[in-house]
Order: sequence, then structure tokens, then C-alpha cells
Amino acid sequence: MDQFTLNLIVVGITFAIYIGIAIWARAGSTAEFYAAGQGVNPIMNGMATGADWMSAASFISMAGIIALAPAGGYQQSAFLMGWTGGYVLLALLLAPYLRKFGKFTVPEFIGDRFYSTTARLVAVICLIVISVTYVIGQMRGVGVTFSRFLEVSTDMGLYIGAAIVFAYAVLGGMKGITYTQVAQYIVLIIAYTIPAIFISLALTGNFFPQLGLIGSYAPSNGEISMLAKLDSLVTELGFTAYTAETSNMFNMILFTMALMIGTAGLPHVIIRFFTVPKVADARSSAGWALVFIALLYTVAPAVGAMARLNLTTTFWPGAVTGPALSAPALSIADIESKPELSWINTWKATGLLNFEDRNGDGMIQYFNEPAAVAAANKAVADAQKALAEAAADADKAPLEAAVTEAQAAQAAALAEAKLGDKSLAELGLVGNELTKVDNDIMVLANPEIAALPGWVVALVAAGGLAAALSTAAGLLLAISSAISHDLIKGALNPNISEKGELLAARISMAVAIGVATWLGLNPPGFAAQVVALAFGLAAATIFPALMMGIFSKRINKEGAILGMLAGLVFTAVYIFLYLGWFFIPGTNVYANTPANHFFGISPLSIGTIGALVNFGVAWIVSMATKAPPREVVDLVESIRIPRGAGKAQAH
Amino acid sequence: MADKSSSNAYWAANVRIILISLAVWFACSFGLGIILRPALKGIMVGGADLGFWFAQNGSIYVFLVLIFAYAARMNKLDKEHGVDE
Repeated sequence: MDQFTLNLIVVGITFAIYIGIAIWARAGSTAEFYAAGQGVNPIMNGMATGADWMSAASFISMAGIIALAPAGGYQQSAFLMGWTGGYVLLALLLAPYLRKFGKFTVPEFIGDRFYSTTARLVAVICLIVISVTYVIGQMRGVGVTFSRFLEVSTDMGLYIGAAIVFAYAVLGGMKGITYTQVAQYIVLIIAYTIPAIFISLALTGNFFPQLGLIGSYAPSNGEISMLAKLDSLVTELGFTAYTAETSNMFNMILFTMALMIGTAGLPHVIIRFFTVPKVADARSSAGWALVFIALLYTVAPAVGAMARLNLTTTFWPGAVTGPALSAPALSIADIESKPELSWINTWKATGLLNFEDRNGDGMIQYFNEPAAVAAANKAVADAQKALAEAAADADKAPLEAAVTEAQAAQAAALAEAKLGDKSLAELGLVGNELTKVDNDIMVLANPEIAALPGWVVALVAAGGLAAALSTAAGLLLAISSAISHDLIKGALNPNISEKGELLAARISMAVAIGVATWLGLNPPGFAAQVVALAFGLAAATIFPALMMGIFSKRINKEGAILGMLAGLVFTAVYIFLYLGWFFIPGTNVYANTPANHFFGISPLSIGTIGALVNFGVAWIVSMATKAPPREVVDLVESIRIPRGAGKAQAH
Repeated sequence: MADKSSSNAYWAANVRIILISLAVWFACSFGLGIILRPALKGIMVGGADLGFWFAQNGSIYVFLVLIFAYAARMNKLDKEHGVDE
């Protein structure tokens, strides 16, 4: 059976399961549509939260983001700590109290606690900006995964994915989404760990990739650890050591913190804790969610480090037993002829990987091209291009002289730059010949690099789809419930019947899917940057508002509204200064380089400062204005006491 | 609901548990994983230095234990103050 048929069968089976669950778990009431009837077992809810949380980015990209980071893999630990540590904050500071509150949406809590429809609408705006920016990436992920594994166009893949989400999200609401996410979690975790276990066994002899990460390198017979081997190889090739110290500790701390409080402030994650029966369940459910998330997040750094090592030893066969340069680089003849290397050409065809024999020696040398060499190479190419494009009757002498001059500078740069104890010129190198390695390849091509059977490859396809679809569904539910419950029932038409609201929720969901699909088909050019915006805004708006609403009786509506607006504006403006106003390319005020950042704080990390701005403004304004009324103080006191959550129902 | 003074005592105990838990949360991630890493370079966990291991794996395990310990401690506190369900 060929790979394509196998992919089709495995993905087809998983989709049939999702549809089956959708039909079984139809929502009959708004409580079921928004919060799965508040009857979900905490372990099941933990699993669903895991799938909800782990997006296409976590599944497909994260290992590669760690493995291929120019500043080394250690600096990217911010993602690992940030995206897990946020659950501690959720469990300690938000989930139990919001569950006791017992209603359906995040803006609803903010509106009631700060006794203000304005506060609720500000929260709706923040929620929609956060969730819509997030959902674009998921829809893209669905389309891209389809096109790579199932030989349909990216657009066609997007339509199929949208149709599946439509089926179970519109029919089942939170109830359908929850039980589908449980199934999707199982698919994605199996797909992620099986290749990781095989690779860990091959490289370190450890069954558990977590132990492989700190284990010894098998081909060295235990003489050197896997990480030390990786460090020695990448530094020999001119890269920053994998375990190198961070160059900016302050920024790494702020970035980790922004990811943590951003995670705790993401509405689609918070609403998952509205689905469990009791306050005690909300606490333990955050723990279960982290168990299921940790299964992937503790494996991801191992996948990253080992995939980087595999990539290096593939292109430098001598690196398995000695230094990388102890034997010639991988030859193109081997890539063409050896079946175990066929994945290189398979993935070259997708554009995720590319190589070019720049010095014409029939081999592909992979190393870190020094900046001076890259600049000199570009100068030669530019001069040659100018000469080739010159008109036939033009005076070519100055152009030829320019080429000669650039070539002399290039030769000097190559003689100057060293790889090991020899210069590039002595080694006969012109530049790095592995010209492109996409982050995503570290997970997507993993089963093929490790020569695993075809069904594992098919499983990775199904896992990538499960990760993207489950996150998309959770986000779409957060958006649609904000529209039907907070905007329509909360502000526009408070007298709407239960049946009418359920219909409105379903229509909002359908519209949200339509908008998300359209954005997936026509992605704004800034899809990658907006994730920074989503986390930054969640950290600077929703998390502080919720926390102050629970832990302070004194913060009032004026403080909360101005605090959220201040956090929103401050964070968005700082990001726009470096990435362009509303992400329009070319409108940025400063170039986005570390030298230009205020106090070295990157736009990715600014959410932490935005949260502090929010807290500060809210406190000062609240102190200067009237204390909240008695019934609000009573509300705060009641959410602090767990008893009675089971009966609390809002209609 | 319990009477006023009991619910105040419950809340104070709750906040104390939260603060202790947050101290652990901060120490394992920001402390051992980032700030103290250069100082603890010599201590190895298998093939990784302590700070690297905490940053990539260890802190996640601590987070897990922390949440369940917090949940257990709070369940006990709920019972002591008669606010469990």
C-alpha cells in the first residue's frame, strides 16, 4: 500500500470518529452549548484542555523552534516553561473562583464583577482580537497539513477542515467539542511520542525521550552525553552552542512571564474550567490538563535536540563517531541513490528543505555561514547581475572591475573565516549549502528520518490535523459565545429566550467559522507576528482584570475599564512600533532588532510590562474613585467560598 | 455559607497557600531555570547542567506536583472550614 493511501485511511478513520462523537454529543441547551452542562469529568476535561491548548504551533513547530534557534536551544526554554507554568497560575489564581462564579463566559464575569456593560464590552473586544488572531494560524495549519500529506491544494484542505469543525462545533457546542477534543488528544499524543521514542532509542538507548535528553550518545558507547555531543558538533560548524547561556537574561525572564500570564489569560483556555461540576474539580482539572500537556512538552525538547543531532550527522556522516569535518560531507549521489535518504528530496519538493551545491564539489556542506562571508557572496552576485543586465552598447569596463573587486573581497573573506582550524578557502567552501531547513520539518519529517514504517507517517498527519482542529474549535467557541451570550443576550437583546439564544450561538459559530476560513484563505501577511499580539494582549488585559476581580474588593469599574484599556493600548503600541502599525509592513517606527528595543525588551515580552501597567492604572484610578457597591463585595465573597458551585446556574 | 470570621480565616489560609505555591513556582522556573543557571553550571543532571534541565524539563515536573499538592491542600482546608461540597 502506498503512503498516500495509508494517510487517507488513517486520517479518514480519525475524521469518522470526530463526526460520530458530534452526532452522539449534540447540545440541547445553552448550558450544554457553552459549558457542556458543567458535568465533564475533571480528567476528561484535562485531556480536552490539552488538545484545546496544543495547537498546530505546539505540535508541528515547537520542537523545530527550539532545535534550530540561532541563539541556541536553551534560550527557547521560555516556550516550555511559559506554556506550562501558566497552568499553575490558572489553578491557583483563576480557575476555582471563575468556576464558582458559575457562568459561561469570561466577559460575563468581568461585566458582573465590575458592574458595568462597558467593562463587559471591552472584555469582548479583547477576547475577539485575541481569539481571531489565534484562529488564523490554526486554519492555515489545517490547510498546510492537508496539502502536504493528502495531495490536495491548501485551499481545498482548508474547506475540508472547516466542514469537519462545522459539523461538531455547530451541532455539539462545548459538549461536542469537549468529547471530540478528548479523541483528538489521544491521536495527537500517540503521533508525537511514537517517533520520539524510536529516535531516543536509536540515539541514546533510552525508551523515554525525557531520559534520552539527558542520556549519553549511543554511538560513543556512553563516553559522551547526547547534549555534549550536540554542542561539540554545532560549535565545530560555527553555530552557537545548543546549551549556550542566554544573551539577554532580563528579556528571557519577561518573555517567559508574558507567556505564562498570557496562557492564564487566554479565554478559550479559561472557559474549559467552566465545564467541570465542582470548584475542587476545577483545581485538579488544571493539574490533569498539565499532565496531558507535559506528556508532549517534556518530549518536545528531546525531539528538538535529537532531530538537530540527526540532521547534523546526516549531512556530515563522519560526525557519528568523530568531529564533523573528520570525513567528507554528504554527497548528492548518496541523496539520489540511498533509500534511507529519500526523505531529503521528498521534503525538498515541499519547499521546507533546500540545498544547493555552491562550490560544485558534488557534496552538501552544512555549516553556519559567517556574516562577512554572506555579505561578500551577496556583493559578488549583485555585481555579476549588474554586469549581465547591462545594455549591449554600454561601457562594461567599470562593471567588470566591480565584479573583480567583489571577487577579491570574497576571496579575502573566505580566507579570513575559519571552520575549526582551517579557513573556508582552505576547505574549498563557498558558503552553507543546506540553504533552507524549516522549523516544521523537525516534527513532520521525523518518522522518515528515523526510517519508521508508513503508518507512523500517516499518524503524524492525523496528529497535526487533530492539533489544529481541536484548537480552532475551542477558539471558535470562545468567539461565538462572546457574541451570542455577551453581545446579543448581554447587551442587545436581554430578553432573548433560551431557544433563541441557542440558535444565536449556533449562527454565531457558523459565521465565526466562515470568517476564520476566509482569513485562512486570505491570510494577512503578518500571521506569525499576531501570535505575539494574542499572548501580549491576553497578558495585559484579561489576566489582570480577572485577578483583581477575585483578589481585591476595592478595584471598581472605573479602575478595571481604564486598566484594561491602558494595558491594551500600551502593549499594542509597543508591538506596532517594531512590527508596523496594525502590522502593515514598512510602517514600523524602529527596526525590530535587539539594539533598538527599550531596555532590551522585545515586542514578544512586552505583555509582562503591559500587565503591570494594567495593575497600576487600575489601582490608582480605583483609589481615586468610589468603592464598588455592597452587592459586588458580596459577589467577591461568594466566589471565594467553594460551597454551592454545583447549584449555581445562570440563565 | 460559614459565618464571617470563619470565612475570613479560610480566605487568609487560602492566600497563604497560594503565596507559598507561587514561591515554589517562581523558584523552579525563573530561579533555577534562568537566574541561577550560570551559578549552578557545575551541577549535572545526567548529561545536562541543572539550570538547562530545569528550564527544559524539571520545572514542568515541579509545576505538576505543585498543582496537585495545592489541590489536595485546598480540599483539606475546605473540609476544615466546612466549605467543601
